[in-house]
Amino acid sequence: MTVEPEIVLEARNITKRFPGVVANENVSLKLYRGEVLALLGENGAGKTTLMNILYGLYHQDSGEVLIRGEPVRISSPSESIKRGIGMVHQHFMLVPVFTVAENIILGAETSKGPFLDLKVARQRIRELSRQYHLDVDPDAYVKDLSVGQQQRVEIIKALYRNADILILDEPTAVLTPQETEELFAIIRSLTARGASVIFISHKLKEALAIADRIVVLRRGRVVGETTPREATERSLAEMMVGRSVMLEVEKGEAHPGAPVLTLENVTVLDDRGQQVVNGVSLEVHAGEILGIAGVQGNGQTELVEAITGLRPVHSGRVRINGRDVTNASPRRISEIGCVHVPEDRQEDGLVLTYSVADNLVLNIYYAPPFAHGVVRDDRAILNHANRLIERYDVRTPSPLTLVSALSGGNKQKVIIARELSREGRLLIAAQPTRGIDVGSIEFIHQQIIAERDRGAAVLLVSAELDEIMALSDRIAVMYHGRIVATMPAARATREELGLLMAGAQPSNVVQEPATDGHAPVSVQRRGV
Amino acid sequence: MERAELPSPLQASRLAPVRSLLRAMIVPIMSVIVALAIGAVIISLSGANPLVAYSALFEGGLGSGRAIGRTLEKATPLIFGGLAVSLAFKCGLFNIGAQGQLLLGAIFAAFIGFSLQGLPAVVHIPLALLVGAIMGALWAAIAGTLKALTGAHEVITTIMLNFVAFNLTDWLSDGPWKDRSPGNIVARTPAVAPEARLPDIAGVPLGMILAVLAAIAVWWLIWRTTIGFELRTVGQNASAARYAGISVRRMTVLAMVASGFLAGLGGAVETLGVVGRFQPGFNVGLGFQAITIALLARTNPIAVIPASLLIGVMQAGASRMQFNSGVASEIIDVIQAIILFFVAADSIIRWILRLRAEEGERVTLSSGWGS
Repeated sequence: MTVEPEIVLEARNITKRFPGVVANENVSLKLYRGEVLALLGENGAGKTTLMNILYGLYHQDSGEVLIRGEPVRISSPSESIKRGIGMVHQHFMLVPVFTVAENIILGAETSKGPFLDLKVARQRIRELSRQYHLDVDPDAYVKDLSVGQQQRVEIIKALYRNADILILDEPTAVLTPQETEELFAIIRSLTARGASVIFISHKLKEALAIADRIVVLRRGRVVGETTPREATERSLAEMMVGRSVMLEVEKGEAHPGAPVLTLENVTVLDDRGQQVVNGVSLEVHAGEILGIAGVQGNGQTELVEAITGLRPVHSGRVRINGRDVTNASPRRISEIGCVHVPEDRQEDGLVLTYSVADNLVLNIYYAPPFAHGVVRDDRAILNHANRLIERYDVRTPSPLTLVSALSGGNKQKVIIARELSREGRLLIAAQPTRGIDVGSIEFIHQQIIAERDRGAAVLLVSAELDEIMALSDRIAVMYHGRIVATMPAARATREELGLLMAGAQPSNVVQEPATDGHAPVSVQRRGV
Repeated sequence: MERAELPSPLQASRLAPVRSLLRAMIVPIMSVIVALAIGAVIISLSGANPLVAYSALFEGGLGSGRAIGRTLEKATPLIFGGLAVSLAFKCGLFNIGAQGQLLLGAIFAAFIGFSLQGLPAVVHIPLALLVGAIMGALWAAIAGTLKALTGAHEVITTIMLNFVAFNLTDWLSDGPWKDRSPGNIVARTPAVAPEARLPDIAGVPLGMILAVLAAIAVWWLIWRTTIGFELRTVGQNASAARYAGISVRRMTVLAMVASGFLAGLGGAVETLGVVGRFQPGFNVGLGFQAITIALLARTNPIAVIPASLLIGVMQAGASRMQFNSGVASEIIDVIQAIILFFVAADSIIRWILRLRAEEGERVTLSSGWGS
């Protein structure tokens, strides 16, 4: 009855310093056989550093790592794999043009003489797939798989190497609510067979749903350990941030004015020439937030690119403030008063090798006071940076720090600061809080609502239903390049939106019991 | 292509400029030292004494007023070429075509130099320099435009354009612009008018002065102007540049034009300052050494000057070395190639020195793993 379960992985008093920061300080952690341990923490709290130490990418300055009670020194990922640790990174490490089987054996190829022998591998992959209900075809090409399926390929990759300790780094960041449920089922079947899982996340709901135990990191230290039974979202959030946070966004009534953004039958092609936005018409009014809900890859990205001039509008009209800006240059659209928080902040929103100050003028560097003629005014740029860093609470050692050194949440605050400080008439915010910490999310949400209250029209695109529902005044659901439904946010329910996002016709929406512990909500039937 | 930028006012933290300057310099300096060491081994294998060879080399490059003059002469076109390649690098472009642009600049400067007679020097020199520079710019603009409009890679197109430039200048100097003076049988243009030759100013060749001014101008352009900011932004992250409203196509063409302008100017300076006419074969290799110099200088315009001087010393001293120690002057090319190898593959030098990855890189790496 009181038999202690086996400890498969233990970190004792791990300390890791980087120049200027202590990433982990005296961190101790135990992982028991067959459990799911959720590791919660804000960006920069030290979760990734700790996992990279366990996975052999870094070595700790002091402290020790024990695997099954035996002290080990893990000096490389290949060694940690040998010891049964598998890691699924947030960004998948797959070769798109290879098949599933080829990807899985990569680095552990089975061969017959000089030739690859995929037969054995395929057989094992099928077995693993069956055993854990992973439902992956070894002969499918990775490029043809959905994100959720690719993630399962990564999991099989670890299992194929006999991993029984799995580290999942923000695994749900790229998944739909339905795919998340499937992942949770897979995790449960893994632990039922004796595997142990470390689940890294910043999503409180998910940690509560899947974990057996929850460890919270803040500023490199373990600040608490709890179980889903004892904890609530609020208590976890407070532990993570170190102060009380608002989980609900406070916002007053919207006072919509004249339309600012008008789309008429807009169609857009993707890079391969496929029509991915099929005749979208919508209006966003001054002083309102229109949220576009939808599973990623249903044309939202291309729609935003077309509005902002980054991708040609194939047919239809785009008007901002009554002016026709169809296929105008990004600079012109920006100058008309459209500010844009892009979806991919690392790739499109920032130049990582530039300082915070340079990034804060990335699209206004050419205008006074930041330039006189073609000559930059470094003093004005620096003053501007200091002002925005203070006003938007960007945590950076200095305006001259490279933006790559900031945490995800602070990187996003740099973009938010740059765009919102321009006081545009139209704000387009795409995935504004993806992958960032609770504290920053709270702040960014307040800022977006402040923009609305100032009278800006806000077009919000997000894969997070919670975010869409919390911020929007009206919600449009996008599926296969079309707006399949538009409704006032007050009337929308999670279940209805979820079904619409999955392609159900609005008329076919039926009542479903709530699945996530909320009180059941009745879903309105809507005619087409 | 480039990893560590040299510090600029808005680039690094307050303390970092000194540290990052040192860090940025250590790999190039060590590359040169290791290359010289390997060269010494090769020299000993060939039966000569490396100390004798190297002392002759540096004596030939720095040992006397005349030696220094020769070094400056060799270094001048290299500075222009190094600036050209560096500037293109800042915009993320690898201009292999500096050689071709330089040839065009050289032959058109010669043409202006010999075809117009009786102009005063203050008109003739600027005119010949300008025409040479513009021809280099136009030549590079072909590659820039092809890249902007069709995506054709500039490495391929500039290599091809180099061949065209070789043959075009061969033909011009052996055909329409051939020196028809009695007794001349080789392919070359007539000598330029004396008024078009670059004078010395206070004992320093005008070409060298122009080269240093060009380096300062390029530094100013890159770090102090909005155009430089746009160039760098495209070079660092073209996608973010597009989102910021910068036209990547326009900057691609502009960067190539500016790069070709500098290379063409280098060719013109070589013609008007050193050779006095265009003669095929005289400028071969300059455009390629420019690549070594740009990498050695880590694309920093100011650092291009010492890098060019270093290569200039070696070239100026090569014949003295051959004369004194019997080591073939081609060893200099070998050493240059080894330098290029090490600055391009700087992780080898880092490994030799057991240098830890730079702070910035490390931070980037860790953010790459998510969280």
